[in-house]
Amino acid sequence: MSEQATVAAPRVKPVETFRGDFTYSNSPEAIRRFPFPFHRDDYMYSVNIEPHDGTPPGSAYAPAFDIDEHYLSEMAERRTVLEEDPKRCQVLPYMMEAQWDTLELMMTSLAADYPEHFSLTRDGDTWTWENRLLDIRDTFTFKDADTLPLEPFEYITRQVQGDFTLHGQRNDMLYMDGGMVTCQADWSLDFDLGMNFYEWHGPVPRAHEMGVFERALKYLLTLKVGSPVRRLNWTMTVNPRMDTSPENYDKWGIDRATITPDNVGELAHLRVELQSLWRLPRSNAILFSIRCYLISMEELATVPKWARRFHRVLRDLPEDLADYKGFIGFRPTVLDYLARHDDGAATSPGGAPD
Amino acid sequence: MSAVDSIPVRVAAIETVSPFIKTFTLEPTDGGPLPAFSGGSHVVVTMQGRDKNHRNPYSLMSSPYERRFYQISVRREDDGRGGSKFLHGNVRVGDQLFVSPPANLFALNELGRRHILIAGGIGITPFLSQLYELRAQDSDYALHYAYRRADDTAFLDRLAAEHGERAHFYESSQGHYLDPGRILAEQPLGTHVYVCGPEGLIDTVVTRARRLGWPASHIHAEEFAAPPSGRPFTVVLDKSGDELEVGPDDTVLDVLEDNGYAPDCSCRGGVCGECETAVITGEIEHHDDYLSEEVKREHSRMMICVSRAASERVVLDL
Ligand SMILES: Cc1cc2nc3c(=O)[nH]c(=O)nc-3n(C[C@H](O)[C@H](O)[C@H](O)COP(=O)(O)OP(=O)(O)OC[C@H]3O[C@@H](n4cnc5c(N)ncnc54)[C@H](O)[C@@H]3O)c2cc1C
Ligand code: HEM
Ligand code: FES
Repeated sequence: MSEQATVAAPRVKPVETFRGDFTYSNSPEAIRRFPFPFHRDDYMYSVNIEPHDGTPPGSAYAPAFDIDEHYLSEMAERRTVLEEDPKRCQVLPYMMEAQWDTLELMMTSLAADYPEHFSLTRDGDTWTWENRLLDIRDTFTFKDADTLPLEPFEYITRQVQGDFTLHGQRNDMLYMDGGMVTCQADWSLDFDLGMNFYEWHGPVPRAHEMGVFERALKYLLTLKVGSPVRRLNWTMTVNPRMDTSPENYDKWGIDRATITPDNVGELAHLRVELQSLWRLPRSNAILFSIRCYLISMEELATVPKWARRFHRVLRDLPEDLADYKGFIGFRPTVLDYLARHDDGAATSPGGAPD
Repeated sequence: MSAVDSIPVRVAAIETVSPFIKTFTLEPTDGGPLPAFSGGSHVVVTMQGRDKNHRNPYSLMSSPYERRFYQISVRREDDGRGGSKFLHGNVRVGDQLFVSPPANLFALNELGRRHILIAGGIGITPFLSQLYELRAQDSDYALHYAYRRADDTAFLDRLAAEHGERAHFYESSQGHYLDPGRILAEQPLGTHVYVCGPEGLIDTVVTRARRLGWPASHIHAEEFAAPPSGRPFTVVLDKSGDELEVGPDDTVLDVLEDNGYAPDCSCRGGVCGECETAVITGEIEHHDDYLSEEVKREHSRMMICVSRAASERVVLDL
C-alpha cells in the first residue's frame, strides 16, 4: 500500500495540549479528512471489519499508520503520561519476537508512506532509523535489544500516533500480552493484561449476545500477514482529552458535569478510533492499532452532512449504549446543539463530506 | 489475485531428494527480503500452467530466520489435480512462480514447556522450520519421524546431526513402526503434541492423546489435504438478467466486481453481514459465520463473499 503516493505529506503543527489549557484544535484540512464513522443515520454494533488496503487515496485510512498535524502534540502527551505512569507500556516477556515485528512493520511503513519525515536504511542487521520530526537518528542491530535505548516496542510506539496492543494467539484465542496505551477511552492495559478476547470485551453491552465477538474472533484468528484489516469505533469525550483512562478518572470524570448550552459546541467532542489489525510475521501475534481522532461539535458542524447525521445517530442511540459509552448525562445538551444544524434534509450514503 | 496476495519468486535451485520428492529454493524476483514467518507456516504457490493455474499450499521448511529465500519440498501425487506433477515435471531453475505471504495454522505454542513433534513422510516439512525455533529458544522438544524407506528422505542426516538424541527415526520398510500411544504415555503433564502426515497417523495420535486425557489445546494437527475447491456454477442476476460464470476458485463477489458491479461488502470473510443477498432460486452451500442455521436451511439468502451455489444455477435478487 505504500509505494503509491496515496498519502499527502502532512503539515505538522507545533505542540498543542490535551490537558490543562486544552489548546488542541483541528485545521480545516484536518476536519475534511476526519474519519467520520457513520455511513448511515443510525448506529448499532456489528462486525464492521474491512481490508486496510491503502484506500481511499489521500484519506486518513490510506496510510498504514496515519501521521497528521497533531503528531508532535500526541508524542509530547505520550511522554507526559508515561512519566506519570510507566505501567501504560507493558509487554509480557515471551513477546520479544512480536516487539521486533512491530518495530520492523512501523519503520518500513512510515519510511514508505512519509519519506520526507522518516527513513530506514538497512545493511544486513545494521539498521539506521531517522525520524526528522522528533530529531531522532539511531543506528542499531536488529534483534539486539541492547543496541536500542528502550525495548523495541516502546522505542517505536513512542514515535507513532495511536495506542497499540499485542496479542499472542494460542488455543484458538487471542490474549492481551502487551501494549502502549496512553490515549484510551476508559479501559486499562494494566487491568486487562493477560485476559483473553472475550474477557477484555466483558463490559461491552449487547455485542456478546449478538454474536459480534464470536464472529470477530473467528475472523481475526485467520488474519494473514500482508492483509491487515480495520474498523471504526466511537464515543464522546469532554474537552480534547486524550488520556481518558480509568487510572486518571478523578481528573476527567467531573468534566462531564461542566457541559452547558453555552460551551457544548466547544467542549463536547466526537472521539473516533481508527483501529487496524496486523498479523505479525515472525511471532504470529496480532498487533492492534487504535488511532484516536477528536473533533469538537463546532468543528463537526462545519460539515453540514456530519452535523445532521450525528444528530440522528446520537438521538436514536439506545440507552444502554449511551450509558456504556459514558455520555448519557450530557447527551441532551449535545442534542439541543446539533438539532439546530439538522434541517431534516436527506443525507448521502457513506461517511465522506458532500 | 490482488497485489498483496502474490510475491513473485524465481526458482533458484531444484534438488531431487528422491524419486517422489523435490526441494525448491525460491528467491524474491525483486531482490528485497521476503516476508518473515513463524515455524509451521505455509505459502500458497501459484503456478501458471498451459491450460490452467494451480494454486497449492506448501509448508516452508527453510529457517524462519532466513529471508533471502524460502524452501519447500513437494511430494509428487500422481492422482491429484496436477499441481505437484507440474512442479515436478514442468518447473525449471529460473522459472517464475508466485507465493502468497506466509500463513500459519500450525504454530508452536510459545508458552509450551515441552513439545513432541510427530511426522509421517512428507509431513516432516512444517517441523523443519519449527525445529529452527525450538533450537534457537533452547526449548525442550523431541521429534519422532516415520517414513517408508531411508532412500526417500534427504533430511535424516541433517536431523540426526542437528538434533542428536532428540530425533527418533522409524523406517517402516525395516520393520520399525512409530507407536503414538507409547510416545504420548511417556510425556509429562502439560506437554504439547504436534502431528503432521497421513490421515491415519493424525487420527491415531489425536485419538490416543484424547483417550489419555490430553486437553484439546495441547493437541495440534496439520493435514496436507487442501480444502476441495468448489464446483463451477452460474449466477443469474434477476434485475439485469446478466448471467455470470463462477469458476472453482472464484467467489460470487469477485465475479460481480470483475463485471463492473459494486455490491455492498466489507470483511470479505463471511462475518460482517454486509454482502447478504436474497436468493430467488437455487441451493446454497453456506461457508459464512453470519446467517443463522435456520436461514441457511431455507436457502433464501447467501453471503456472496464466501458461499457458493450447490445447484448449477442460482438466481440472486441483484
Ligand atoms: C497447509 C498445507 C501444507 C502443505 N504442505 C505440503 C508440503 O510441504 N509438501 C507437499 O508435498 N505437500 C504439501 N501439501 C499438499 C499440497 O498442497 C498438495 O495437495 C499436494 O502437493 C498435491 O497437489 P496436487 O495438485 O498434485 O494434487 P491435489 O489435487 O491437491 O491432490 C492431493 C491428494 O488428494 C486427492 N484428491 C484430489 N482431488 C480430490 C477430490 N476431488 N476428491 C478426493 N480426493 C482428491 C488426490 O488423490 C491426491 O492424493 C500441503 C497442504 C496443506 C493444506
Ligand atoms: C485484538 C483486537 C481487539 C482489542 C485489543 C480490543 C479491545 C477493546 C477494548 C479494550 C474495549 C473496551 C472494553 C471496556 O469497556 O473495557 C473494546 C470495546 C469494543 N470492541 Fe474491541 N478490541 C479488539 C477487536 C475488536 C473487534 C475485531 C471488534 C469487532 C466487532 C471489536 C468490537 C468492540 C466493540 C463493539 C466495543 C465496544 C465499544 C464502544 O461501544 O465504545 N473489538 N475493545
Ligand atoms: S463481506 Fe462481510 S460477510 Fe460478506
